[in-house]
Amino acid sequence: MAEKEEVKLLGIWASPFSRRIEMALKLKGIPYDYVEEILEHKSPLLLALNPIHKKVPVLVHNGKTILESQVILEYIDETWKQSPILPQDPYERSKARFLAKLVDEQIITAGFVSMARADEKGREALAEQTRELIMNLEKELVGKDFFGGKSVGFLDLVAGSMIPFCLERGWEGIGLKVITEEKFPEYSRWVKNLEKVEAVKDCIPPREKHVEHMNYMGERIRSA
Amino acid sequence: MEEKKSKVILHGMWASTYSKRVEIALKLKGISYEYVEEDLQNKTESLIQLNPVLKKIPLLVHDGKPVADTQVILDYIDETWKNSSRFYPEDPYERAQVRFWVIYINQQVFEVMGRVMLQEGEAQANSVEEARERFKVLEEGLKKQFPNKTIRGNDDVGLLDIIIIASFGVHKALHEAIGVEIIDPVNTPTLYNWIEQLQELTVIKEVEVPHDRLVTFLQKCRQEHLQHTANA
Repeated sequence: MAEKEEVKLLGIWASPFSRRIEMALKLKGIPYDYVEEILEHKSPLLLALNPIHKKVPVLVHNGKTILESQVILEYIDETWKQSPILPQDPYERSKARFLAKLVDEQIITAGFVSMARADEKGREALAEQTRELIMNLEKELVGKDFFGGKSVGFLDLVAGSMIPFCLERGWEGIGLKVITEEKFPEYSRWVKNLEKVEAVKDCIPPREKHVEHMNYMGERIRSA
Repeated sequence: MEEKKSKVILHGMWASTYSKRVEIALKLKGISYEYVEEDLQNKTESLIQLNPVLKKIPLLVHDGKPVADTQVILDYIDETWKNSSRFYPEDPYERAQVRFWVIYINQQVFEVMGRVMLQEGEAQANSVEEARERFKVLEEGLKKQFPNKTIRGNDDVGLLDIIIIASFGVHKALHEAIGVEIIDPVNTPTLYNWIEQLQELTVIKEVEVPHDRLVTFLQKCRQEHLQHTANA
């Protein structure tokens, strides 16, 4: 392999989907160029690379385009073998993938809808739904530092980027208490562990700005 | 290489295209399994206990360990039974392409087809137009990514083939049930040809569902849904 590796990531600072890719790249020590996309004004580059969905993240590796955050994570893991993020065992892999889907399909939906609701009762009902879903993650963390065991793995990146470092910022903004240390002790311990990992810490969106952004997004949805 | 005898159970439903994907996968790998037909209005205790989060089919149980969610199951099968034909190509980029199109089919195509199935009048007409557009994207994508697609035998069958045949192999029944044709040799020639080739394989014929039974079932689902929405 004589040529220089070219890795480019198109992302958005507030998107949990592009943040998790940054975390993966940093974990594996892969140098990359980052291109910040603006939601309202998608660059010609983004539209050319992802004409179907026009979404971030987009990974470009030596001219090849890879789309969809979970697909990108698997691609990264298969291409750069150091610091593996998916477990070795097929059954463990299936659990990680199943819960990752739960995060990106059910938890994100319940979470965002809870913020989109203007009425308190509606919000609380959705908060309760979200708690039930997150309980599946809580159970998985018993006796572990991370979902990946001793080190950060696939599910840590997916759930970490989405829940503590995205949804929780949204809930904070609207004063909705969804996750408490009392009800989710394992989760709370896990978040503290995550915050100590450099590759994760460096890729968390800045808190104040993020809470403000989530509030703004929430207001737009509520007034739509 | 002698493999330890394992017990595999599949909880499925005869008309479900998701369930079909798993059956085809198991047959391709030559895995013997016990099949449990689930009545979705009256799910078995086992299903609810082993898949408490989603309570859905398909559910695979391998030596007592439950694996849920169709795509997760398919990956699990491929990664556990490694001696037979693999579902993905070797190259990571080509694997990513397969994964992308599987997601596109699941999220974009299935979503709009669900609406086409369960809507009527103008709403349905609009959904049909959207469906045509999404199938066009799929058609272009498949043509570009996999030119000269030839299926001679089971070894040529991978994950994307499994998803295509399970999901769209029943297009004639779907068309009869909703009265709209979306997959055909004129508008979607690549996809149509792909399906025709797969339908020649024995393993695919083994899981074929009787056409009339499926049409009746789909029409019933549609009618029940329309009634329910009208009464709501």
